[in-house]
Amino acid sequence: MILGEIDVTQVTLMVNGTQHNEDVSDYMLLADFIREKLKLTGTHVGCDTSQCGACVIHIDGISVKSCTMLAVQADGSNITTIEGLADGDVLHPMQQAFHENHGLQCGFCTPGMIMSAIELIDGKPDISEAEIRQGLEGNLCRCTGYQNIVKSVHEAAKVERR
Amino acid sequence: MYSFNYLKPVSIEDAASMLSESDEHKVISGGMTLIPTLKQRLARVERLIGLEKCGLSEIKLDGELLKIGAMATHAEVSESDIVVMENPAIAELASHIGDRQVRNRGTIGGSLANNDPSACYPAAILALGGIIHTTKRDINAEEFFVDLFETALEEDEIITAVSLPKPDAAAYEKFPNPASRYAMVGVFVAKFNSEIRVAVTGAGEEGVFRCSEIETALLKAFSSESLSDCTISADGLMSDIHAEADYRAHLIVEMAKRAVTKSARR
Repeated sequence: MILGEIDVTQVTLMVNGTQHNEDVSDYMLLADFIREKLKLTGTHVGCDTSQCGACVIHIDGISVKSCTMLAVQADGSNITTIEGLADGDVLHPMQQAFHENHGLQCGFCTPGMIMSAIELIDGKPDISEAEIRQGLEGNLCRCTGYQNIVKSVHEAAKVERR
Repeated sequence: MYSFNYLKPVSIEDAASMLSESDEHKVISGGMTLIPTLKQRLARVERLIGLEKCGLSEIKLDGELLKIGAMATHAEVSESDIVVMENPAIAELASHIGDRQVRNRGTIGGSLANNDPSACYPAAILALGGIIHTTKRDINAEEFFVDLFETALEEDEIITAVSLPKPDAAAYEKFPNPASRYAMVGVFVAKFNSEIRVAVTGAGEEGVFRCSEIETALLKAFSSESLSDCTISADGLMSDIHAEADYRAHLIVEMAKRAVTKSARR
């Protein structure tokens, strides 16, 4: 379909287990698509320059910064956002670990931190603190609450080990 | 961001033909530099040609050479068993580019085509004497890197893969900018039979370059002690708010020492 000179493309995406068919302009960012079209505002846009990591989501199980990807590039993929982690009222183990270890202060960076951390500890129950700190280098916390974020991720990895 | 159309060709031949149609068309691989550039309106395109359906991400052994498809992401290169076995310095280099999310999207072909003066891959490809395969020809690393953000690629030419010879020893060491994590200086050392090749990124006013002073010093003995009296001229090195040219000259020798030591541990 042509809208003026610019194509509008229909994308089909599975987001948090629900299929969506939506028309998007080709230059729409994936983060904007998720927040504005799907109204899933748990994915945050902090810096909009691919540095802060507040917009991290999973595409086919891999963490990406959704502010630095186009919605059309995600066509046909399976997306998980922060809203897709909890099972009803039961938090995901990573969310639970952040809750128990005071892993958030203002909470703005938390969705991205959690999405990055889930990929980071996958298959690495014995991950070290140094590896966690290096693995989260793409996520910034402006409250500088890294101590408890790292502690939360460490605890979540231990839960995975059990 | 200015508006544009997005195309998804299913073969590299189709992509090259779309690219040749207009100067306003541009190829996108991982987009880790291009999308931020478009968002800041530093670039404007009529059509973006995505290579994701062109199948260029294979990593394999091609005779003696390690052949990495242009669309292989930094994460794929760093975790590839073949790369870890054949050329571990490349795997290690790839594992420290950007952050995890950038490594999940950014590609080797995109990095080389962009030729950012602080990018890590150009140092490795130049030091190893790699070959850049394109839709038109094969280009030696020496001829490929021309100037800042400038390569030998023609307007309608696309990188398809990179081939790398196996060194006897090699390692990469970078001094990352504390904020951006880009290399303020990055040095890749490679030892082949009787030849030493050393390439430096992050420092040169014209981008990546080979460092003959260090190569000559290491020919005597491939050890960090060979560099203890080595000094490098600051001529032609970048000065900016992060580091003066003479500081970069000093860092080049230090990173080279660390890289040589690291290569011996493998």
